[in-house]
Amino acid sequence: MGYINQRTAYGETLVALGEENKKIFVLDADLGGSTMSKLFELKFPERHLEMGIAEANMTSVAAGLALTGKIPFINTFAVFATGRAYDQIRQSIAVANLNVKICGSSAGLSDFGDGATHQSVEDMAIMRAIPNMVVINPADANEMVEATKAIVDYEGPVYLRTNRNDYPNVTPEGKPFKIGEPSVLKEGTDVVVFATGYPVGLALAAAEELAGDVSVKVVNVSTIKPLNKEKIAELAADCKAVVTAEEHSIVGGLGGAIAEALRKSCKPIEFVGVQDTFGCSAHNYLELMDHFGITKENIVKAVLEVK
Amino acid sequence: MAYPKELLDSIQAKAQTLRRNVVISMGVGNAGHLGGSGSSADIVAALYFHKMNHDPKNPKKPDRDRFLLSKGHAAILQYSALAEAGYFSRDELQHTKELGAILQGHPDVRKTPGIEAGTGSLGQGLSIGLGISIALKDDKIPAKVYVICGDGEMAEGQIWEAAMAAKVFKADNLVAIVDQNTLQAQGTVCDRFDSNPLPEKWEAFGWHVIQIDGHNIEEILTALDAADEVKGQPTVIIAHTIKGKGVSFAEGVVSFHNGILTEETYQKALEELKA
Repeated sequence: MGYINQRTAYGETLVALGEENKKIFVLDADLGGSTMSKLFELKFPERHLEMGIAEANMTSVAAGLALTGKIPFINTFAVFATGRAYDQIRQSIAVANLNVKICGSSAGLSDFGDGATHQSVEDMAIMRAIPNMVVINPADANEMVEATKAIVDYEGPVYLRTNRNDYPNVTPEGKPFKIGEPSVLKEGTDVVVFATGYPVGLALAAAEELAGDVSVKVVNVSTIKPLNKEKIAELAADCKAVVTAEEHSIVGGLGGAIAEALRKSCKPIEFVGVQDTFGCSAHNYLELMDHFGITKENIVKAVLEVK
Repeated sequence: MAYPKELLDSIQAKAQTLRRNVVISMGVGNAGHLGGSGSSADIVAALYFHKMNHDPKNPKKPDRDRFLLSKGHAAILQYSALAEAGYFSRDELQHTKELGAILQGHPDVRKTPGIEAGTGSLGQGLSIGLGISIALKDDKIPAKVYVICGDGEMAEGQIWEAAMAAKVFKADNLVAIVDQNTLQAQGTVCDRFDSNPLPEKWEAFGWHVIQIDGHNIEEILTALDAADEVKGQPTVIIAHTIKGKGVSFAEGVVSFHNGILTEETYQKALEELKA
C-alpha cells in the first residue's frame, strides 16, 4: 500500500474494515471529502449517515447507534469534533463508556490555510481530560492504518487524530498497533525526546544531527491516553533530561501528559509545541510549522538546553 | 377508538402510584423534581404499563421498545416506573441520590437497570433516540423509540438538529413526546425563552404532529396508537400538561421544578396521592 497520507490511509482502512465488520457505521458532517470517510460512503452507502452540518446531533446519534450494538465512526475536522460537540461527547458517550470512535481530521496546524478557526491545537487536551476516553495520535500513515484497525477491536470511546498532509513514514508498515504502548524508535542515553504525530520524524532527524555530540533517545508516544506512566518513567530513567515534541499546545497535550508521568523524577524538561496560542493561516504547512517552532532545529535547541 | 374502562382506570391508578413513589423517593428535606415528574406521570404510566414491549426480567432484550427521558431531571418518575414494573426493588427509591446508589440524580445507563441512555444535559435525548431508531431499522427490528422532552428543552438548538435529521432519515419508529407543562426552572416558558408555537415548528420540520391533553389517558393511548400508523416520517405528540400535577400545592408552581418537601407537605402529598 505505502501510504504517505494519514487521511487516505484512514479512509481506505475504514473501507477494508467495513467489508468484514457490518457493525461499522460512518457518520459525516459534510466534510467526508476532506476526512476521506467519503470512501466508505461510496462503498457502503447503507451504513453511511450524512448528518449535515450539525455536529452535536451527529455525536449523540452515534451514542444511540453504539447503545444498539453498532460501531459508529464520527468524522469531521478535529476542532469541531472535539470542541463543538464536547458536551455530547462527555454526556452521551463518555459517561456511559460507549463504543464510539471520534475521528478528528485536519488536526493540529495541518489545515494550514484555514487559520485559527479550523486548526486544532487543544483537541488532545480536551479529550484527555474526559474519563474513559482513549486518545490516539498516530505518527504517520503506516501507524494510522494499524491504529484504525486496533480501535475497532477496542470496546469503548476513542479519539483518533489525523493530519491532512503528506509526509514520510517513520514507523514500519504492518506493525500491529497496541493501544497505550510507547515505542522506542532510536536508543540513546543522554536526553530522551518523547514525540507524537508529525514531530516524531523531526525528533529522529534532530537525534541524527546531534549524534556524536549528544546521545538522544526518541520515543513515539502515539497513545496520549491511557499513557503508560511506568513505561514512560522507565524510558526516561537512564537519561539526564527530557524533551517533548508535538503539533498541539504544550498545555494539556503530550508535554503536560509526560510531565505528569515524570512527576516523581523531577528531571529537566523542555516542551516543543504550540506555546499556548492559536494557529493562523499560512500558504503552506512547513512554513506554518516553522512559524510556531515545531521544527528539527527547535528540537535540537531544546535538547542542548536541557542536556 | 374506544378503550376498555378497566384499562383506562388501571393506567390512571398506575400514574397515581408513580406520583406517590416520586414523593416517597424525594422524602423530607431533599431537593427533587416533583413538578416535571408530575406532568409526565400519566404518559409514562401509559408507556410502561400498556404500550411498550419490554421485559423487566430481560431489560436488554433486542426487540424491546425504548424509552428515553430527555428531560432527565424527572428521573425519579422513571425510577418509580421501573421499580413498579419490577426492574429493581421499590426500596431503592428511598436511596435515590445517596452515595453509591443505583439511582442517580439523572439517568445513568451504567448504573440503573432499564435506563437506555444517559440523559439530562438537555437537548441530547432526541438525537440519541434517532441513533437507536436508525440502528433498529438496520437490524430490521420493528420496535419503537419514545423520547420525552420538556417544552423548556425546546430552547436547545440540538433538538432542532435532531428534528431535521429525523425527517431526513424517515424515522417513523421514533416518537417524540413534548411535555408542554409551560414552566421551566426560573419561570414560564413563554416569559423566559418563548419556544412557542410548537405544533407549527414541528410540522415545518417534517414531523407528524398530534396534540393531546397529557393527563387524559384515552387521548394518550389514542395518540400513541396513531403514531404506529404513521409511515415515512417521525411523530411528535405535544402533550399539554400541568407541572406538579396530582399534588395540589405543587401544581403550576415554579418553585417545585426542583423543590423540597417538609414533613407537613410530604404527608399532605402522600394523602392526596392515595390509591
